[in-house]
Amino acid sequence: MNEFLLIAGMALATMATRIPVLLWLSLHPLSPGVARALKYVPLAVLSAIITPIVLLSDGKVALRLDNAPLAASLVAVLVSWRTRNLLLTILAGMASFFLWRAIFPH
Amino acid sequence: MNKSAASEQPYSARAALLAGARDTFPLLVGALPFGIIFGALAVTSGFSPWGAAAMSAFVFAGAAQFIAVGLLAAVTPAAVIILTTFVVNLRHMLYSATLAPHLKELPRRRLLPLGFWLTDESFVVAAKYFTEVGQSPHKPWYLLGSELAMYANWQFATWIGILAGQAIQDPSSWGLDFAMVVTFVGMLVPSVKGRPALASVLVAAGAALLAYGLPHQLGLLLAALLGIIAGVLGELIWPETEPTQ
Repeated sequence: MNEFLLIAGMALATMATRIPVLLWLSLHPLSPGVARALKYVPLAVLSAIITPIVLLSDGKVALRLDNAPLAASLVAVLVSWRTRNLLLTILAGMASFFLWRAIFPH
Repeated sequence: MNKSAASEQPYSARAALLAGARDTFPLLVGALPFGIIFGALAVTSGFSPWGAAAMSAFVFAGAAQFIAVGLLAAVTPAAVIILTTFVVNLRHMLYSATLAPHLKELPRRRLLPLGFWLTDESFVVAAKYFTEVGQSPHKPWYLLGSELAMYANWQFATWIGILAGQAIQDPSSWGLDFAMVVTFVGMLVPSVKGRPALASVLVAAGAALLAYGLPHQLGLLLAALLGIIAGVLGELIWPETEPTQ
């Protein structure tokens, strides 16, 4: 496969999702209702990205004690909620993740 | 992001640029291991070192790059990989739509680089700042500062990964890619203010689980749209609640 063509195609496909809407909306403003709805984009997208990674194992919900991503995410939620400190949340979450994997090796 | 610069409104373009980079710092820590694993996986899955570096430089989309490496390893046709890249990145249309009203004063050609460098991380940081800061002529500079920090960090991480990947077997087993998840948790939790916001998060989470089987991460898009609808409906159900920031 031609690596150059693949990367050029992926670059164009990615730009097609990032640039045209910016250009279009610079000329045609959004209605206030749509702008209001878009405030929920960060919440909804982040939640939709994280949840399957944390809760699913081989396509099935894994509410199990040996699910290291789940345990570490719960720690991260707690630390983030109490401290609102992103760096601390990342460090605490990763520390719990590796600790959990050491306790429950696969 | 707890030390957001929003309270101390930058007085110059340069200050806004630096504030954007500074507020993005924790996200660099989260993205670094992700980029290292990408570089390592890419060269162990059949990309040349230059190809891996070029992909980070010109595509600059973490999730899509990982999926492309996985598809390439599974001998997928290039056209399918490119189409998948497009679908996986469709969420950026929601991001640009959200940011566009804040950038409308900008000459259109300057929107091109801001769009090229747009990622999940810079979007969340900038969206938070834009709502907190109110009117400011320096919003594009803040976004640019965040984007350049993410971009430089991603190139650096990719190169480390390329060098490490030529020496180390099975880089995905390190578990470092989990850093992205805890980073996103740390970005999400502080923004859940009020019932509509919570409804949005829970509906998106539930829908993402139910729709996970859909191809090309279309479940992600569907779940995001349902989460947005839930937030809007939440504002109608609980009108006294402050809308989320």
